[in-house]
Amino acid sequence: MIKTTELSKKYGEETVLNIESLEIPKGQSFGLVGNNGAGKTTFFNLLLDLILPTTGYITNNEIRVNTSEEWKPFTAAFIDESFLIGYLTPEEYFYLIGELRGMNKADVDKFLLQFKEIFNDEIIGKKKYLRDLSKGNQKKAGIVGALIGDPEVVVLDEPFANLDPTTQIRLKKILKTLTEDKAVTFLISSHDLNHVTEVCERIVVLEKGDIIKDIVTSTETLKELESHFSV
Amino acid sequence: MISRFLSLEWKQFFRSSYWQKSIALNILMVFLALYFILVFLGIGFGLYPILKDKFPESDPLIIVNGFLFYWFLADLMLRFFFQKLPVMHIKPLLILPVKRYKILHYILGKSAISFFNFLPLFAVIPFGIILLSKDYSVSMTITWMLLMFIFTLIINFLNFIIESKSADTELSFLPIILLSSGLFTLNYFDLLSISSLLSNTMNTITSNPILILIPIALLGVFYFINFSILKKKLYVDSSLKARTQVAASTDMAWTRRFGDIAPFLQLDLKLLWRNKRPRSTIFIMIIALFYGLIFYPNPTYKDMIPMFIFVGVFITGIFMINFGQFIPAWDSGYYKLLMSQNIKYKEYLNSKFTLMIISSIALFIISIPYIYFGWKILAIHFATMIYNIGVNSYILLYGGSFNRKKINLSQRAVFNYQGTGAVQWIIGFPLLLFPVLIFYLPYKFISFEAGLATLSILGGAGIMFHQKLMNFICKRYLKSKYEMISAFEQEN
Repeated sequence: MIKTTELSKKYGEETVLNIESLEIPKGQSFGLVGNNGAGKTTFFNLLLDLILPTTGYITNNEIRVNTSEEWKPFTAAFIDESFLIGYLTPEEYFYLIGELRGMNKADVDKFLLQFKEIFNDEIIGKKKYLRDLSKGNQKKAGIVGALIGDPEVVVLDEPFANLDPTTQIRLKKILKTLTEDKAVTFLISSHDLNHVTEVCERIVVLEKGDIIKDIVTSTETLKELESHFSV
Repeated sequence: MISRFLSLEWKQFFRSSYWQKSIALNILMVFLALYFILVFLGIGFGLYPILKDKFPESDPLIIVNGFLFYWFLADLMLRFFFQKLPVMHIKPLLILPVKRYKILHYILGKSAISFFNFLPLFAVIPFGIILLSKDYSVSMTITWMLLMFIFTLIINFLNFIIESKSADTELSFLPIILLSSGLFTLNYFDLLSISSLLSNTMNTITSNPILILIPIALLGVFYFINFSILKKKLYVDSSLKARTQVAASTDMAWTRRFGDIAPFLQLDLKLLWRNKRPRSTIFIMIIALFYGLIFYPNPTYKDMIPMFIFVGVFITGIFMINFGQFIPAWDSGYYKLLMSQNIKYKEYLNSKFTLMIISSIALFIISIPYIYFGWKILAIHFATMIYNIGVNSYILLYGGSFNRKKINLSQRAVFNYQGTGAVQWIIGFPLLLFPVLIFYLPYKFISFEAGLATLSILGGAGIMFHQKLMNFICKRYLKSKYEMISAFEQEN
């Protein structure tokens, strides 16, 4: 589904990302782990064509992301709050995204039902603008927004940060069910080794822009990662 | 401490991406400043001889004092619209070991060294020197000069009080206009002759220099009021205190008929209505509609048809100019979303274009009653509308691709009084003046109709080449996409 070829990003002399090649097959739930500055967000920004690569390129379903916009219909993302429109209510935001992805209001309403637990009556029907919601609730809205319209590729940057424990567990459950039938390719980054090993079937460790580990998740993975990062 | 603050300011200014893109604009501002300095110097040196020449019987100083009321009033108005309270990003400083009062004194002190306060000195000092050379007493002249400076500072701080009081209201500029026009009316109809009151005060103080302590005390009071207003605002919760609005949803079904761009159009309308900053463009638009009333009935302008073109472009294009020059910065807060969602750049730009066109047509229709002043006015409005649609709209869209400054829509009213400054108006001038020039040549050498036809043909050509122009503009936006994304990530 996603393929990178000799991808690198430099700011001046400093290389922040350097991936010789990486291939993420369709339907994989892919976890990206690394310390601050490892290049996780840079990779996502490159994938979404928000920054230009210094060398190489990324293809998303055979489409080169920085030359064509055709990847947009099947790709969704939530990177940070700048993916929210503060002056809309959560419903309006969901309807807007739904509309951009060819869903009408009724479809969106039906889709949102499955997130009732996560929303915990704090998001829908509150007559509040997104800008007035708490950081955690904004994050929930953003993540759900990225799932609207059956995208084939979903990119979530640090989806578990800022969420309360209950929501973290519920979100994991939802992500797991979504990955079960292998229709969606998930790309998730996280600092939380626990969560990411639970949700992702493959984990890549980045360090200063380089891939230093590429693991298929097993029962040993968490230990392996913990010992790697405890050095 | 002060030097630490100053270095913070310096870095904030020069490290913002805005500065780096707008050196030309900054140079223009410097030239404007030089121009005003020259004008004021001219007034300072020229006023005494002119007054002596015109009114040989009276004392020029007395005449000047008689007009001070109007000067102060104009000063106050200008400041309200153009001077901003010097803002530092205070929040990070609050928990550092900096005494709160130091931050406040610094902000207020900085406002006192604004250009607005020094400009009058360029007129006051030469005038005083001439007074001295004409054998006015030294103590009197120096008192007068001091007094002028003190009053300037009083106006400076009075302005901030008015600003902070009216910033929370919807029409933030209404109080100042009511206040000034109220004072003016009282004075004009002699209900309360403030101008002679002021002039008497000036004359009394200049002859009894010790009385200058009274205005100094007044200045102290105004400073203190500002200090205590700001002090209250220094607490984070007073600015964060949830002014949570109840969201009112409408589905705006009528936008459906615009097809693909409907969702964006709805988004833009919500943007305009739900955010303080863009909402002011709507109010400016309503006020601008009455702009014609100043010119059309006035016999002085009767033979100045090119002036009417200016008014026409202004009336039918005011929204376009105010809204258009901040495309796409209005969407800067969620630009990354727009760039990664299922949106074609062209659709996005087309929706902005459509909104500008609708505004222009709507303003033309609303301004039809101006036909009362003759069919020519209506014809002018029509031609300028076509010109706005076919030329100015594209220029604005194209210019938007150079926008690199984030607009923070959700910024609270605190410390963000007008949000726009002199710069905005300077950008607007070419849009308003070019059509006047274009009209003028055929009008001068052929006829009024030929002038209007030229404007309409230009506008019509723009409409005809819509697809081509949009493709061109779209390419330009695609090219600067990455730069815009990274610039919009920077606060300030």
